[in-house]
Amino acid sequence: MNNAIQIENLALELNGSPILRGVSFDIGQGEYVSIIGPNGAGKTTLLRCLLGMYPYSGSAKIGGTECRGYDSRALARQVSYVPQTHDIEFPLAVYDFVMMGRYPYLSALSPAQKQDEDAVEQALEITGTTQFRTRTFRTLSGGERQKVYIAAALAQETPVMLLDEPATFLDWRHQTEVMRLLKKINVERGVTILAVNHDLNSAAHWSDRIIALKDGRTLFTGTPHELIQPAPLETLFETAFVRKETLAPASEQ
Amino acid sequence: MKLKFAILILLSLTALAVFPMIGSTDVLHDPMGREILMKLRIPRVLTAFLAGIALATSGMIFQALFRNPLATPDTLGVSGGAALGATIWMRFAAPLLCLGVSGTSVAGFLGALGTVLLVYGLARAKSGFSSATLLLAGVAVNLFFSSLILLMQYFSDPGETFRMIRWLMGGFSVVGFTTPINLAVFTAIGLVIAVLLTREMNLLLIGEELASARGVNVDRTKILLFFSASLMTGAAVAFCGPIAFVGLMVPHIGRQLVGSDHRKLFPAVILLGGAFLVICDGLARTLLAPVEMPAGLITSLLGGPFFLWLLLRKV
Repeated sequence: MNNAIQIENLALELNGSPILRGVSFDIGQGEYVSIIGPNGAGKTTLLRCLLGMYPYSGSAKIGGTECRGYDSRALARQVSYVPQTHDIEFPLAVYDFVMMGRYPYLSALSPAQKQDEDAVEQALEITGTTQFRTRTFRTLSGGERQKVYIAAALAQETPVMLLDEPATFLDWRHQTEVMRLLKKINVERGVTILAVNHDLNSAAHWSDRIIALKDGRTLFTGTPHELIQPAPLETLFETAFVRKETLAPASEQ
Repeated sequence: MKLKFAILILLSLTALAVFPMIGSTDVLHDPMGREILMKLRIPRVLTAFLAGIALATSGMIFQALFRNPLATPDTLGVSGGAALGATIWMRFAAPLLCLGVSGTSVAGFLGALGTVLLVYGLARAKSGFSSATLLLAGVAVNLFFSSLILLMQYFSDPGETFRMIRWLMGGFSVVGFTTPINLAVFTAIGLVIAVLLTREMNLLLIGEELASARGVNVDRTKILLFFSASLMTGAAVAFCGPIAFVGLMVPHIGRQLVGSDHRKLFPAVILLGGAFLVICDGLARTLLAPVEMPAGLITSLLGGPFFLWLLLRKV
């Protein structure tokens, strides 16, 4: 079976400064993987490379094809995206916004077909946002907005979904709801999920695997259990915030 | 919604049918009436209608591209650029024809496109697209172009200068169907491109990053839309002068009527834009009859206060 995402020696310079300096990892189909790493590690940039937004060097494949080789619509049928911030105000109803997820399936003048409407209805239903369909974004709370963004990505019906800090700006209850929703999408729909996550605990709790980036390189890939050890964490964040004596007394003495 | 569009269609058709009849000569009973109707009034009303469509649609496109309701051919300096291009052509190359199409329009189009790219580059270089940056860049570009146009007038002979000034006031004093046909060709090309990108204009509302992730080829979309709006603005300005504020007022009224979804806004803007300029021109011809005012004066008189009101309300 092919890997959903294959990244090998991915590198990118923006305005002369290297952002990614050789990232390599594979993600299997149906996996739920979190990317962690300090600020400036290149996490968001990595997602954007996979979305075909940057002319990277090295290799980044989704569904076995190089991301920069895709036509933009074809790529959007392979991978969907939920961005980090939702600070852009737009005067659209929730239903119309989610319908935009069907863009890669529609030609210029054809109206939405039955299958597009079905996809939107399902996306609204799974995310529990059906009751917001006629509301505008202005009237939604942060947590509700995030679910609608996820619904729009779902309507794209892609095998892979990328998310940039899906729960960072939400209160605890909505954080849990969103993470639970992502797990449900992952398990029930078999969508491969790659999410940047700043919250180590939440990443460890929800993911099958964690990838740690630092200074544009892959520092670590492994299960949450392998990562939550003093040594990898200290290399990653360069600080002894983990109390070694309580976490790993055996190896220290 | 259907009722609203029925009213808009009725408004446009009424404007097109009624305004050729209105004016200081009674075209129905005067012996010269038929001649005036066919050679002056109908071409004039058609020109106004087409220029209204071109300018209003351009405004709507710029507002989608810059995600800013104050982005218009006028505020961005695009009309100014088109005027400069057209002036340069009139001053230095007027008799030449450019591949059989009106050279003035091509020059206007090039002036418009150049300005769009310049203002876009300026606004982008300086931290995104805040309204202030965008409008200031537009103001600076506009002033610069105005001074270049003034410079050319200064070195022209009085007759030529007078013609340029009249043209800069904006009006539809045309004879025969050459102008409306030319304008129709340019406008039609611009409209077809924009219609094919209606869905993309909606997606630009949600931001370029997300639009791109949804599968929009953002760079290609922007280039085509810039091309389309420049083509329409350039032609309208070349034939009718820089008629101000149409691209601001019409899309705004359209949004109030049918909302921001371009699938509805676009047809509304076409209908409203055409009718709006026909009515403005009708007012310009009749308010002080038999003296005719340039229609550009009427739109500016309406548009100036409207713009200030928008600024105070929104930004």
